[in-house]
Amino acid sequence: MKSNIAEGFQEIREQNIMKVKEAKEQGQKMVGLYCTYCPKELVLAAGAIAVGLCGTREEPIAFAEKHLPRNLCPLIKSSYGFAVSDTCPYFHFSDLIIGETTCDGKKKMFELMADLKETVVMNLPQNPLQEASLELWASELRRVKELLEERFQTELSDEKIRAAINLTNREARVMKRLYDLNKARPALISGLDMLTVSWQVGFNVDREEGIGMLEDLITRVQENAAQGGTAGAAATPRILLTGTPVGLGSEKIIALVEESGGLVVVMENCGGYKTVDILADESDQRDPLRVLAEKYMKIPCSVMSPNRGRLELIDKMIDEFQIDGVIDLTWQACHTYNIESFWVSDLVKQKGLPFLQIETDYSASDRETLRVRIEAFLEMVK
Amino acid sequence: MIAAGIDVGSVATKAALILNDSFYSIMVPTGWSPREAGQTALNQVLEQIGATAEQLQYVVGTGYGRVSLPFVSQTVTEIRCHARGASWLRPGSEIVLDVGGQDCKAIRTDRQGKVLDFVMNDKCAAGTGRFLQVIAAALGSDVSELSEQARGHKAQSLNSMCAVFAETEVIGLLAAGVPPGEIVAGLHQAIARRLASMVQRLGPAEQLVFTGGVARNESLRETLEKILGMPVLAPREGQMAGALGAALIARDAILN
Repeated sequence: MKSNIAEGFQEIREQNIMKVKEAKEQGQKMVGLYCTYCPKELVLAAGAIAVGLCGTREEPIAFAEKHLPRNLCPLIKSSYGFAVSDTCPYFHFSDLIIGETTCDGKKKMFELMADLKETVVMNLPQNPLQEASLELWASELRRVKELLEERFQTELSDEKIRAAINLTNREARVMKRLYDLNKARPALISGLDMLTVSWQVGFNVDREEGIGMLEDLITRVQENAAQGGTAGAAATPRILLTGTPVGLGSEKIIALVEESGGLVVVMENCGGYKTVDILADESDQRDPLRVLAEKYMKIPCSVMSPNRGRLELIDKMIDEFQIDGVIDLTWQACHTYNIESFWVSDLVKQKGLPFLQIETDYSASDRETLRVRIEAFLEMVK
Repeated sequence: MIAAGIDVGSVATKAALILNDSFYSIMVPTGWSPREAGQTALNQVLEQIGATAEQLQYVVGTGYGRVSLPFVSQTVTEIRCHARGASWLRPGSEIVLDVGGQDCKAIRTDRQGKVLDFVMNDKCAAGTGRFLQVIAAALGSDVSELSEQARGHKAQSLNSMCAVFAETEVIGLLAAGVPPGEIVAGLHQAIARRLASMVQRLGPAEQLVFTGGVARNESLRETLEKILGMPVLAPREGQMAGALGAALIARDAILN
């Protein structure tokens, strides 16, 4: 029986294109983002639509390779490819792009992207433990706030920013509640369904509507579970996927795990569980930009050094989600995740679980050879 | 009780039977049809013991062509089969290195031949049988002659490990008058280094079992032994390890 868990979510990206077009015609502003480090609270406080534009599909990569080297992360190439080929309506309708100096590939790609559309690149500090990093990030938030005010002729009062913090926190909490459903054994939602939901919901123009949809889904899954509806059986190998981000179009590892009899019960990557526990404290009465800066410096991304937070999170998730094996996905040429795999491997093996690192790109060319490795990995779990 | 294993590789298809603790095997070229090759190998190995397909109780298929075999009871990855087969051939080995026609894999196993960890090179021909074939062709010889050719020669250092660029480099070296023996010795050196780094990623070990078609190259085995500083055992039936492991897994299935 085909799962209908993701029903209502599959078409959000397509359906919302018309809504975006109408909103734009009525003078609404839109900002394109590429990373979880982007302070979307400020965009929302400015009354603009915030939409994630991270490229997760193979198709535009050929366009990107006219300007970018082949030996580069497919996420960067796909993101740029969509922009340069003008095949992403969300990029097309964006008034402004906000990028960050996360990794070398991205920051240099943004220099090229700036030729296509107004792009502001935030200077992301990379040592999360230093006070100077917090100060720099707070000042970058101020720069973006002022830019949004000037660009969109609006004022970002503390009150508006706090309201946006509240909205963003509620979104994170509902995502966490959804992901946490899979702490149950057997799990309740397949990895592919979870990805469809979490990826598609980001294209909602009306964020309250997105929260409502997720709440309805949680109820639906719980009701389904009460009648014995689960994803997989109690003995199905429960896999944690960590590493570089995955979206629709680049889900081949999840698909292969699930075709081979396993289940990706949770993803640690951004777009997954990485940020759901990282909230700005709403009771904190200090300057909201400072509160936001502290929030963003807690994101355990591999561009940070040191980045012990990621290992602590994986450790905790392995226990809470009753994980049987961990797959660490590295997109080709992503040095920071590739190197960090050393520590992840160490941690997972110390916990007595099988570990598999996969370095690949978005293409389907290695699908069958990856299948052998993933099947062999699942054989180790059993 | 007859348990059988079929390993359909990119170059050769292997079939193994286990009957009363003895093992019988055969190898045929895979050719263009993995399905036909699997059927042929199975028929031929059955003939060896004068049995028929009806007497087979359980058949496990493995190798890249495993999904195209209609007659198997179960498919298992070649990683698990090689681990099982190699540790049956040489009990007590902790690491199995299998180098086949289109990939190579290093596997850490426990005493029973169960997979504990593995690394695999599957995106690039470097260090595989395919790589040796390409270079042998550039030298005008056959892959089976390489081992003899390298014997007693110092190793000419090679810069490229990409099958395409290495071919060009070899042609250039020949033109510069470098003796083919030195080129082959250098080639073995380069491949062995690459294989050694895969093995070393699995941590320390006392000895290694080397299987797959490429393990028949004795010069390469010796070079690998020197680099790793541990015994590298290449059992005579090494190319059968996958099929044998599949047959052993089939026997487990019958006994359970």
